[in-house]
Amino acid sequence: MRMRVVGFVGIFIIALAVGFASYGAESGERGPIKVGAIFAVSGPASWLGAPEAKTVEMFVDRINAAGGINGHQIKLIVKDSQAKPENTLSLAKQLIEEENVLAIIGPSTSGETMAIKDVCQEAKMILISCAAAEDIVNPVASYVFKVPQKDSDAARWIFKTMKEKGISKIAVIVSNDGFGIAGAKQLETIAPEYGITVAISEVYDKQATDLTDVVTKLKGQGIQAVVNWSIVPAQSLVAKNMKQVGLDVPLFQSHGFGNISYARAGGEAANGTLFPCGRLLVANVLPADHPQKALLMEYKKDYESRYNEDVSTFGGHAYDALLVLTEAMKKAGDMDRDKVRDAIENEKGLVGTAGIFNFSPQDHNGLTMDAFEMLTVKNGEFALAKE
Amino acid sequence: MDLAQIVQYCFSGITVGSIYAIVAIGFNIIFNTTGIINFAQGEFLIVGAMTSISLCKVLPLPLAILVAVLITTLLGGLVELVFIRRLRDASVLRLIVITIGVSILIREAMLHIWDEKVRSLPYFTGTSISTVTLLGAHISLQVLWVLGVSAVVVMALTLFFRFTLMGRAMRSCADDRMAARLCGVNDRWMVTLSFMLSAGTGALAGCVISPITQTQYDMGAPLAIKGFTVAILGGLGNSMAAVAAGLLLGLLEAFMVSQLQVAYKEAVAIVVLLLVLVFRPSGLFARSEVSALRAS
Repeated sequence: MRMRVVGFVGIFIIALAVGFASYGAESGERGPIKVGAIFAVSGPASWLGAPEAKTVEMFVDRINAAGGINGHQIKLIVKDSQAKPENTLSLAKQLIEEENVLAIIGPSTSGETMAIKDVCQEAKMILISCAAAEDIVNPVASYVFKVPQKDSDAARWIFKTMKEKGISKIAVIVSNDGFGIAGAKQLETIAPEYGITVAISEVYDKQATDLTDVVTKLKGQGIQAVVNWSIVPAQSLVAKNMKQVGLDVPLFQSHGFGNISYARAGGEAANGTLFPCGRLLVANVLPADHPQKALLMEYKKDYESRYNEDVSTFGGHAYDALLVLTEAMKKAGDMDRDKVRDAIENEKGLVGTAGIFNFSPQDHNGLTMDAFEMLTVKNGEFALAKE
Repeated sequence: MDLAQIVQYCFSGITVGSIYAIVAIGFNIIFNTTGIINFAQGEFLIVGAMTSISLCKVLPLPLAILVAVLITTLLGGLVELVFIRRLRDASVLRLIVITIGVSILIREAMLHIWDEKVRSLPYFTGTSISTVTLLGAHISLQVLWVLGVSAVVVMALTLFFRFTLMGRAMRSCADDRMAARLCGVNDRWMVTLSFMLSAGTGALAGCVISPITQTQYDMGAPLAIKGFTVAILGGLGNSMAAVAAGLLLGLLEAFMVSQLQVAYKEAVAIVVLLLVLVFRPSGLFARSEVSALRAS
């Protein structure tokens, strides 16, 4: 009996010792760091979410293959929100409460981001959004950042270009979704700053299959240019229908046009379309000494060879979000969430796909108007407009 | 509004209307045989268009469309065999709900087979900017293709349902399944055939409109809703009336746009649908006695 007890205690001690030993081994290698990502991989905003999810997977694989960050591997948890804010909210809660991630990348759309802005702030969870709306960082919430360029800067670029071309009377047409309606508001507010009159402003159905009636209406208004603020497929339809009814004025589109397949879907009709966009799509024609050139070319090459599809600016936003996070993790040294947050806020001159980021406690976007270029379509390919 | 602009609005209405009409035709085929509305019709369109776009890379355009139509036809038959046939005495409502489920299934499958991207077939003749000019207004060549194909399909279907034994047998199944069976009609195969026929017609429609509307995996539902509205408007089961109703709705929408804010355009179809359902439930072009007989 006594022997048995002794034996039992002995085994217990050995088990404990082994347990401690293995624990020690693990902490020596450093545990993985969980990073959450919420993207609209399927559903109506999959044109944003799908390239974003692919990009972060590629990015994380590359980091882990190179030994991780300060010895920590990154464990990426990607969730598909299908662009529904209610899904996003519960996914965010999962990532915060169950997974206890270091930070959340995404979501893809502005509506979803606004749905979780307060939740993340209250939970002191770092959120780096890939959506464009300015409300995300204005007013500033200390844990919430965003990496795409500002909507208002896109509108300003359009009006600046119009002014150079001597255009003063325009039409604004937008789709009846969050992106379009917000765009119309921006355009109508900013137009007077540049002395431009919006002669007619119309909203059409986002699932429209033909828009010749709308452009026929515009044709009767004596306008000098059209601004269309929408996503696929309407943005190629507008280009086609304008040419079809013979409305021969310049067509400006939003930065949402930043995917070469939209230009191709428009065929010949898309040639000459003007739109403000980051430099990723024209990386190969940038001068060699441009600070973004090397990074853009590398991302483009990696993405296109791995996924066999053209790179888009939206995947670039996800790239930037992870870049901002991982650079901050490197600087913060240990993986404390508050220290990483402070490090993000102090990042200066960080070269990303959208531009060069200079964060500050007042500016959680860190980009200026210089992050955009005015692009155009030439023979089915993107080109810089000024050439 | 000058003449050129009025004609331009007409052309715009015809463009949209021809799309509605060709979608509506597919609804009528299955309704003619089974009395059910197949809500997966929109998905048949997109499957057809997607398949032909993929095949187009290796085959010439007409052959790609032909093969796509055949593949979709088989898919239509398969849907019937797997989901509809086994429910022998299911109510019409239950079958309709099943077609809604099938539509979701096909849509998700398409998302996985292809992806979320927008594609389109090349214009059959000319390019996206070539048009025909009439009285100072322009119309895309592809619209003429849609109208032409609709006309041929409607004509062929009308002849088929009126004058061939098989067409009549299919119609008899909708009127009275038991009586048809007693007369020696193999009613089960007629239903399968009607699904195949409507899937094939849908695929053809999807291919013809693809250059205009472009094609994306989740585009089927909105197209189907408009097609359904038009099918009701014309009177279910009557393909010729569907074409007339499609053009009518298209023109109505186009002239609505000329007078009101574009944002109200989508309301037009819904208002028209409600009015028809309340005042002429058998459709604009059906004689009221016929529907009274059917109802009794």
